[in-house]
Order: sequence, then C-alpha cells, then structure tokens
Amino acid sequence: MPEGLVTTHEHATHHPGLQHHFENMEQQREAGTLGMWVFLVTEIMFFGGMFLAYTLYRYMYPAAFVSASNHLDIKLGTINTAVLIISSFTMAMAVFSTQVGRQRGTIICLILTMILGASFLGIKAVEYYDKYEDHLIPGRLIPARPFAPEVAQPGDTDPHKLHLIEGASVNNVELFFWIYFAMTGMHALHMIIGLGIMTVILIMTWRGRFSPEYHSPVEISGLYWHFVDIIWIFLFPLLYLLGRHLEHHGG
Amino acid sequence: MSEHIVQPRIYIIIFLSLMLGTALTVMAAFVDFPGPLNAVVALTIACIKATLVVLFFMHVRYSGRLVWLVIASALLWLAILFAITFSDYWTRHWLPPFAS
Repeated sequence: MPEGLVTTHEHATHHPGLQHHFENMEQQREAGTLGMWVFLVTEIMFFGGMFLAYTLYRYMYPAAFVSASNHLDIKLGTINTAVLIISSFTMAMAVFSTQVGRQRGTIICLILTMILGASFLGIKAVEYYDKYEDHLIPGRLIPARPFAPEVAQPGDTDPHKLHLIEGASVNNVELFFWIYFAMTGMHALHMIIGLGIMTVILIMTWRGRFSPEYHSPVEISGLYWHFVDIIWIFLFPLLYLLGRHLEHHGG
Repeated sequence: MSEHIVQPRIYIIIFLSLMLGTALTVMAAFVDFPGPLNAVVALTIACIKATLVVLFFMHVRYSGRLVWLVIASALLWLAILFAITFSDYWTRHWLPPFAS
C-alpha cells in the first residue's frame, strides 16, 4: 500500500466539526466568514443596480419622485426601521450567546429575531395593501387593478389621493412605484429567505450542534441578516424620507 | 488570530446609536435645508448607521485584512457602476443636439 494512504487519522484529537481540508478550526471559521462576505459582495452589486436605477430616475424626475415618496406611510416605515434594527440586535446577541455557549440564550434570541422579521413582513404587507387600495400597483402587475391613482385637486387633503407637486407627472410617479415595489419586494424576499435560514439555525441549535468552538453557521447567518438590515437602512430614507420637507408645497 | 467575542455592552451601545440615528433622520427629513442638503443629511446618517452595523454587528472591526479587502472591492465596483452611468446621464444636455 502506498505510504500516502496509510494515514494515522487523528479523529480522536481534532474537533468533530473540523472539515478535513482545513488545518484547524480557526482557518475553517475564517474561510467561512470570507466566503460569506464574497457572497454579500454579489448581493451588494445586485441591489446596487436597483439603487442606481432609483438614483438615476430621481435625478431625472425629482418632482414626481417627491410626490410619490410623500404618499408612502412614514409612520409604518419608521416602525419597520426600528423593528429591523431591534432584530439585528437580537441576532447579534444570538451570536454572542453561541460564542459563550449559552444554548438557551441563543434559542431565545433566534426566536425573537424571527418574530421581529415576521412583524416587519406583516407591516410591509399592510403597506402593500394600502397601495393596492389607492390603485398604485404599477402597470398591470395585478391585471384587475391597473395603475390608476386619483389625483388630488389643490386644497383636497384626502391622503388616499395622489398629491402632485409642481412639475410632477403621473407617469413618472408610476415609475417610482415600479422601483419601490422592485426594491422593497426584493428586500422582502431576502427577509423571507432569512426567516428560512433562521429556522434551520434554530433547529440546529436545538439539537446542540453548536459550541463556543464551532458555530460558523450562526455567525454567517447573522452576517446575512445584518446585510438585509443594511439594505433597509438605505431604502428607508431614499423611499420614505427624501422630499418630506416639500410635503405641503403645492398640490 | 483567535475569535474576538464582542461584548453585549458594545452591542447595546451600537443598538442605541442606530435607534438615535433613525430618530434623527426622520426629524431631519421635515426640516427644509437649503439646496440638496436634505439628501446629503439623510445619506450621511444612513452611511453612518450602515458602517456601525458592518463594523460591530458584523464583526468587521475585528476581522482579518482579507475581509476588509473584499468589502473595499464591493465599494469600488459600486462606485464604478455609478460613476460611469452618471458620466453619461449627467452630461447629456451639456452639448446641443446635432442638427441633421
């Protein structure tokens, strides 16, 4: 038998979570983190394209974007921002609990994170329904309910109507809502995937798969969760806030 | 380099800063700053919040140089994407259209 195949396997001495192509636990952990960051870079470029579209069309049609932006519900948007930040905090605490070997703490933090993530999606659904009610779903995404908002006349304060500031056209407001639904929709999809990942991590934690020595899946899932939070940190001011100071000008 | 465990105290400070940043950006949105300053204020606060999340919640402050390099590369390519696109759209009306 060739010498190379007769290996004195050190199964007894190394950690059971260590894959054979890594030297040690530390190298394995760092490789995992780096790999996740490379994936997140592709995600940054993916969302980056949509941020570019937003910036470009806001630059071209500022009045329409302000009008559309001001139609969004700033209260729900702010609450959702807070909900996501709290969920990022509970996620960070889940990672900490795993690092110090407190399994029960990890489980509680993961469940809290999932509840907060689901709350975010619930609030988002309420907002989407409001847009549906106001006929603001762009194009014919919903064939029976094409884009046809009621434009408010000067002096009309009905919040369900579209209040256009000077220079804004309804067509470009529709463009804003295409971008709004594309970006918040992709973000919501990432949240749903995140909830799936958290379910898996929760079950793995439940089964005692992690320890202070081995918990890369928890750490890496945390990176994903925080990344989705960061996307929202930018979406919130861009979609909901810019132009608020012009809310009561004209229209 | 062994794993650095970020203490809950730091997470709480970052969490409170993020909440404060959110409150500030909402309040600032209703102030009528001159020129494009509203957008500048909103994006500055968003960038600070994102940086806090990346450095502390995502542990990059304590990560190796390779992770920093990967993140920097993302920002570089994002900058290229924006710069080249806007070098077109921003300058389109600088010259009168050709008369045929």
